[in-house]
Amino acid sequence: MARIRTTVDGLVYEDDVEPRMLLVQYLRERLGKTGTVIGCDTSNCGACTVHLDGMSVKSCSVLAVQANGAEVLTVEGLERDGQLHPVQQAFHDNHALQCGYCTPGMIMQSIDLLGDNPDPSEQEVREGIEGNLCRCTGYQNIVRAVQDAASKMKPGAAAPTQPAGQPVAGGGA
Amino acid sequence: MIPAQFDYVRPTTVDEAVQALRDGGDDAKLLAGGQSLLPVLRLRMADPSLIIDLGGIPELKGVREEGNEVVVGAMTSHYDVTRDDTLRQHVALIGEATKTVADPQVRHRGTLGGALAHADPAGDLAAPALALDAQFVIAGSGGTRTVAAADFFEDYFTTAIGEGELLTEIRFPKYTGWGARYEKFNRVAQAWSIVAVAATVKVDGGKITDARIGLTNMAGTPVRARGVESALVGQSASEDTVRQAAQAAAEGTSPTADADAGSDYREHLARVLTGRAVLAAAG
Repeated sequence: MARIRTTVDGLVYEDDVEPRMLLVQYLRERLGKTGTVIGCDTSNCGACTVHLDGMSVKSCSVLAVQANGAEVLTVEGLERDGQLHPVQQAFHDNHALQCGYCTPGMIMQSIDLLGDNPDPSEQEVREGIEGNLCRCTGYQNIVRAVQDAASKMKPGAAAPTQPAGQPVAGGGA
Repeated sequence: MIPAQFDYVRPTTVDEAVQALRDGGDDAKLLAGGQSLLPVLRLRMADPSLIIDLGGIPELKGVREEGNEVVVGAMTSHYDVTRDDTLRQHVALIGEATKTVADPQVRHRGTLGGALAHADPAGDLAAPALALDAQFVIAGSGGTRTVAAADFFEDYFTTAIGEGELLTEIRFPKYTGWGARYEKFNRVAQAWSIVAVAATVKVDGGKITDARIGLTNMAGTPVRARGVESALVGQSASEDTVRQAAQAAAEGTSPTADADAGSDYREHLARVLTGRAVLAAAG
């Protein structure tokens, strides 16, 4: 067992974990953060994407012990005071989901993309989410939603990818 | 699936990592960015008894200039390689190839040293490292040694890194002002290269004065297209001359045949992609 201390969606957690425990298992099975889903066994699909110290990662391809001392942001930590994150709202407004299974990962990766490139072209959006698969093949509305979110987050409004110190609504303990 | 059980250590210096390797014996495995190792562990294609996580060793990260070389720490992430100004200015080819590796999430975690040590023949960074005449610094219990790229890649997933050793640095000569292009042919987004060509050329007054070309997935190791390199020198950077020189691209290769492509098709791709890569690099 290894002792880890991790900030997840603005709250600090300390736990003993087996070294082999994947970050996605830790989030789902220990913290109950089932908003982050497991879609494949091959690291291809991106459904489990979360942010680790501000960078998108596939949480099936990171060990929980590797998140020791780090900040994790999941799709459950995006909402603020009952308000969806602009990217969540844009996915809603543009019907950017069919079955919805890829949606948490798509949203987390889209926020990461907009942090690096606040005004991506359609091609840049497609390349930015190339690590996320939508098995319904509903990419058109996803791309539309990301561009819609980009336009609504302008001007000067950087993606609030980190909780910036204050507790986050919705982060269940 | 969940990986089989293993012990885990996270050294904070290279010396500690070398000691951990010695203590761990045959069954220890180094964890760099984990973007190849974690999937393999999950599929239970490997079950090491000890994982040595290199993520906590500051001296293995970062890019610095040393005289006529640019030195990249083995644990520098793909993301950082693509955004580094020193590399962009002096070793543009490595960033061009790194941009095409996998997808953004994998590039955030994956590392230059990890990818090179993994030595997947379809991986995108070995061919540029070979083309650029990179030097590999390897640490072990007897200190460090340096291996040239031409001797580093030995076979499929096999490098000159010996038991009890780890890759610490990749040293690139400077190619300041050279054009660069990594031309990759794959089936779908984030797929491995079926074939890819890493080309960097120096152009002076419309003439190619020097060229370096490496091929991805044309053998168990990366291959230098030396016939093309010598045919290009002194030629104008025009479409006809470049395509003519590129006809030699498949010489000396031994490409595999698989579900994506037969050997002869890979040879065809090598010629076509070499032409495209050189033209783009020279443009």
